[in-house]
Amino acid sequence: MAIYVYAENINGIYKKAAFEAVSYAKAIADKDGETVTAISINPTDSSDLLYKYGADKVLNIKDEGLKGFSAKAYAQAVNEVADGNIIVFPHTTDASSVAPMLAIMKSYSLITNALEAPESLSPFQVKRRAFSGKGIMHAKADAAGVIVTVSQNAFGIKENAVSGSEEVKNLSVANEDTKVISHEQSSGKLDLKEAEIVVSAGRGMKGPENWGMIEDLANLLGAATACSKPVSDIGWRPHSEHVGQTGKAISPNLYIAVGISGAIQHLAGVNSSKTIVVINSDPEAPFFKSADYGVVGDAFQIIPQLTEKIKALKG
Amino acid sequence: MKILVCISSVPDTTSKINFTADQSAFDKNGIQWVINPLDEFGLTKAIKLQESAGATVTVINVGDSTTEPVIRKSLAIGANDAIRINIEPKDSYSVAKEIANIAQSGGYDLIFCGKESIDYNGGAVPGMVAQLLNQPFINACVGLEVNGAEATAVREIEGGKETISVKLPAVIAGQKGLVDEKDLIIPNMRGIMSARSKPLTVREPVNNEVKVDAVSFDAVPARAAVKMVAPDNLDELVRLLHEEAKVI
Repeated sequence: MAIYVYAENINGIYKKAAFEAVSYAKAIADKDGETVTAISINPTDSSDLLYKYGADKVLNIKDEGLKGFSAKAYAQAVNEVADGNIIVFPHTTDASSVAPMLAIMKSYSLITNALEAPESLSPFQVKRRAFSGKGIMHAKADAAGVIVTVSQNAFGIKENAVSGSEEVKNLSVANEDTKVISHEQSSGKLDLKEAEIVVSAGRGMKGPENWGMIEDLANLLGAATACSKPVSDIGWRPHSEHVGQTGKAISPNLYIAVGISGAIQHLAGVNSSKTIVVINSDPEAPFFKSADYGVVGDAFQIIPQLTEKIKALKG
Repeated sequence: MKILVCISSVPDTTSKINFTADQSAFDKNGIQWVINPLDEFGLTKAIKLQESAGATVTVINVGDSTTEPVIRKSLAIGANDAIRINIEPKDSYSVAKEIANIAQSGGYDLIFCGKESIDYNGGAVPGMVAQLLNQPFINACVGLEVNGAEATAVREIEGGKETISVKLPAVIAGQKGLVDEKDLIIPNMRGIMSARSKPLTVREPVNNEVKVDAVSFDAVPARAAVKMVAPDNLDELVRLLHEEAKVI
């Protein structure tokens, strides 16, 4: 039986998280000698993009009623076409809204925030994020079928091209309970959870007017910007940028923390970053203990210099 | 309007997380318990609707008797009454089943949950409750206005926001933004005193099925010792990031 994967798109464009989920599904399928069937709702992107990561088949659901997102209606649509006993989702906001509803519809186990490929397939067992990144749980599915959501940036994207095929599914799912009134997407802004590099700053920046140098460094690196909780609480930055235990949990390849002392709640949201750089004027800042590289010094001098030096490296 | 607020009792956010010697469970020794911070946004929003629209607010918790201090705190914050389902939660499904069972006959117009709990981070209970009740579900909610039998919800999406109209009853999974952090209610003495006499009903569980087992737990592997770079030698930092970590 095929491994199914929910390939999320936003306004028809596949998300990076969709490619990661397909890569994850392909890793499972290869272990089990199975094929990967990707499900997408109203995509405009080409299915070739999913074949590249190992999708043997792409089911394109076409449904005018699903133009706007509805967790319940999307779960119904996926339920109609997903016919396997392993279904992979990315752990994005939308996908992690759909997955629990689908788990009830199918009476499947749901394991969220998977960090690695499964430890076993029968029974399905996988390491997952727990205690806000302060612990790891080995979770085992009890039901005959399992839905797994993959923590973003944890497994990575792995090219594994196959010659896939596409099938269009015309559905008409009833969606009477919710209606999208407006959809605002910040243009040109990198998604924090998908970003491979994140430049983050805290109260050490002294005020929101000083964020220009953080943004300059982020732009140069192709990075997203983030902040600590106190900074979003006092309104220097939007709370959508707050990373930590009660904000977003992120796992970029590189996390640069500027003027953040490293409270345990902040670390919880960022300690699965692959490389952590801490820049702080206080040599006693606890964050240094959890960093790979540290610089003690004045951010207002260091950040512009660092930006220049990286610019020189990039030529 | 009737509102049900689901609360979870979780280790304080400053807690160091340890596991039992056989790695089979979370070590509860020395832990302070708090209302899951993400649930507090829903609880506060419910209290605001109690004040502005005369809503009645019932708190529900699935947990053994050790969670009662957290339930009493919710009553001190302003909930009218509380229900505790007397079982130690095992997985998201079993918790959702108990909540849905109570909600089924309760006639609630709104059910608030936190987007996820900060202990097991499943993020699954709200969506499961919604599906068990066949109700619409708004996740990551950062704004809500109720207008009679409808509500307008704002939810956070990656890189933006979406505004949705939703027919009630509905399940809302809240996070920071549903109310401002500064509006979270700290119980005063009057609230604490009145909480003692508010009804807290204990109900026995109706479901004993679980769908996910926590087999074991690991601590997160420690990082190697930090490499400090002098502030006047940023070339070295750039070199390390480029050649050693290979991240730029």
